[in-house]
Amino acid sequence: MLEIKDLQVKVNDTEILKGLSLSVKAGEVHAIMGPNGSGKSTLAQVLAGREDYEVTGGSVSFLDDDLLELSAEERAQAGVFLAFQYPVEIPGVSNTYFLKAALNSVLKARGEKQLDAIDFLKLVRERVKVVDLDESLMKRPVNHGFSGGEKKRNEIFHMSVLEPKLAILDETDSGLDIDALRTVAGGVNSLRNEGRAFVLITHYQRLLDYIVPDVVHVMVDGKIVRTGGKELALELEEKGYGFLEGAA
Amino acid sequence: MSDQTRAEQARQKWQQGDLLAAYRADYASVEEQRDALGDRAGELRRAAFARFEEQGFPGRRDEEWRHTNIGVVRSTAYQGHQQPTTLTRDQIEPFLYRGCHNLVVVNGRVAPELSDSLASAGGARVSSLAYLDASLRPLVEERIATAAKFDNHPFVALNTALFRDGLVIDLPKEAVVEMPLHVLNLSAHASPDPQASYPRLLINAEAQSQATIIETYASLDDEPTLTCPVTEAFCAEGAVVRHYKVQKESLSAAHMATLHVEIQRDAQFSSQSISHGGGLVRNDSRAALRGSGSDATLNGLYVVAGDQIVDNHMYVEHEAPNATSHELFKGILSERAQSVFNGRIYVHRSAQKTDAKQTNRNLLLSDRAVANSNPQLEIFADDVRCTHGSTTGHLEEDALFYLRSRGIDADAATSLLTYAFASEFVELVEVEALRDDLQEFLFSRLPGGEIVRQAV
Repeated sequence: MLEIKDLQVKVNDTEILKGLSLSVKAGEVHAIMGPNGSGKSTLAQVLAGREDYEVTGGSVSFLDDDLLELSAEERAQAGVFLAFQYPVEIPGVSNTYFLKAALNSVLKARGEKQLDAIDFLKLVRERVKVVDLDESLMKRPVNHGFSGGEKKRNEIFHMSVLEPKLAILDETDSGLDIDALRTVAGGVNSLRNEGRAFVLITHYQRLLDYIVPDVVHVMVDGKIVRTGGKELALELEEKGYGFLEGAA
Repeated sequence: MSDQTRAEQARQKWQQGDLLAAYRADYASVEEQRDALGDRAGELRRAAFARFEEQGFPGRRDEEWRHTNIGVVRSTAYQGHQQPTTLTRDQIEPFLYRGCHNLVVVNGRVAPELSDSLASAGGARVSSLAYLDASLRPLVEERIATAAKFDNHPFVALNTALFRDGLVIDLPKEAVVEMPLHVLNLSAHASPDPQASYPRLLINAEAQSQATIIETYASLDDEPTLTCPVTEAFCAEGAVVRHYKVQKESLSAAHMATLHVEIQRDAQFSSQSISHGGGLVRNDSRAALRGSGSDATLNGLYVVAGDQIVDNHMYVEHEAPNATSHELFKGILSERAQSVFNGRIYVHRSAQKTDAKQTNRNLLLSDRAVANSNPQLEIFADDVRCTHGSTTGHLEEDALFYLRSRGIDADAATSLLTYAFASEFVELVEVEALRDDLQEFLFSRLPGGEIVRQAV
């Protein structure tokens, strides 16, 4: 589904990704772990279409598309979703209506029938349960005045409504207490299926106790330096990242 | 040539020029029309016009006008003396606000036939100044031109010398006027010649009274106009006046407005000023906090594009202790638009425990738009809290990316975030018809506004 080959990216003239390759198949859950500053979030943002990051080499294909040729909104319409590490507050714009506009623009681009207000609300009521999000947050402005945990759950809620093919979760676990983490993980697990792939970016092994990955990658200094099964995460937990840094 | 000689030559040129001749002719015709305001008005007008003749219009060397080019006013011979224009209720219908008591003023003259009742305005006493109700005469004679002084302001001088009519709104002691009073000022041309009008509004809120008063300025055509309004408001002890001003004139209008307010003990005056019309707009607003516990809240939103210039010159004067003032001005500028925010706060030595806050935020939607922001704090008391903040910038890349990554296209994302920027102000507008009107304007102005309409 996602094929990244030798990807090189500069941010403000500094090389951040230095030849990264990754292959993700439909139905798989991949975890990318690594120390701060290794380029994990840059990878997430580049995949979602951040324009001020400069791709200087390599390729990314997603299904049948050259992903790097698509704008951020076209990627969303093609089925890519990024759950942000720091979701943005949009005062004055209701969470529900924002999501309806987003869903309808995705459906429209796919040539599918857009949802009317009634069908949309039905969908929202059903999906909001997945992440145990208070319904009152639907009426509030997007992320405005939400707690850190509410923002993260709102991201998963958006994901559950938009039903992407590839979901990238950027540090969705950071800043969550254990109950919120369980809820978020439960939401993600309920959305796992054969046609959908996940890339979980995390600094901590803890998330992987709740969302069990098929593949774990370790990223250091802009490259993937180790790939293994879920036991690799435990090894990292035990030894820290230090033992891998020589490998970069 | 020395600066002095140059200034002297400029003055001679001004005093012999066609421009002043046009204003002199206007002044002569005002004098002929027997003044309804009595003898004091005659004296006032003479003094004001003399002051205007002497000063002329300000130039860019004037500190108070440095960032605002009023070239169009300095080079256009506006005629103030027009035939009264006859309009039908149908023509003005789109400008009226539902749920409000609408008072219509056309080219500075009150139009009772287009207005809701002047005699019965929900507990407020309302009268035209030209046909002044005898019971309001003592009040008008006592108050008019005492808050807005013409000595140092050429446009106040011009209005004081040349206004032909206007409205007085008196809120009797303890009167609570539920229905907002909407003063709709329209400019309508009988001919394509440049035309001036001098709307005048006097608000007198007696002790413990309450009301909402809206001033709207709009054009019925695109011919050149100078609108030069002066509003004075007096808030006696414990009075609460909520004031709104909407400036939506045509782009060929120059709008040079003055609002002067005096606020006594425990009284509150709040003003939400919306400016999106007019080619050149200047708002000089001054609030004097005269009594302990008084509060002035002066907020504004300006949304300008093309070559529009909007200048908000604020002056809050804390004269008494324990008074509070809040100012929040937000600007959205696109294309080559320019804005000025000048926020002066003057705290007298006696005004201990003053709490004053001032914020100006500008959103630039183009690289050529320019926002000037200039806070001026002059504090002579030692136990006060005065804060000011000013930011000017483009939409944040992070925020745009967030929206686009959810499938919203770039134009719609820009519009949603622009609306979000304005929404803080929109929520302050408590009059429903006015808030709807403002939202409709924002939707119409934003590219892909439909998506915003659906999303709020």
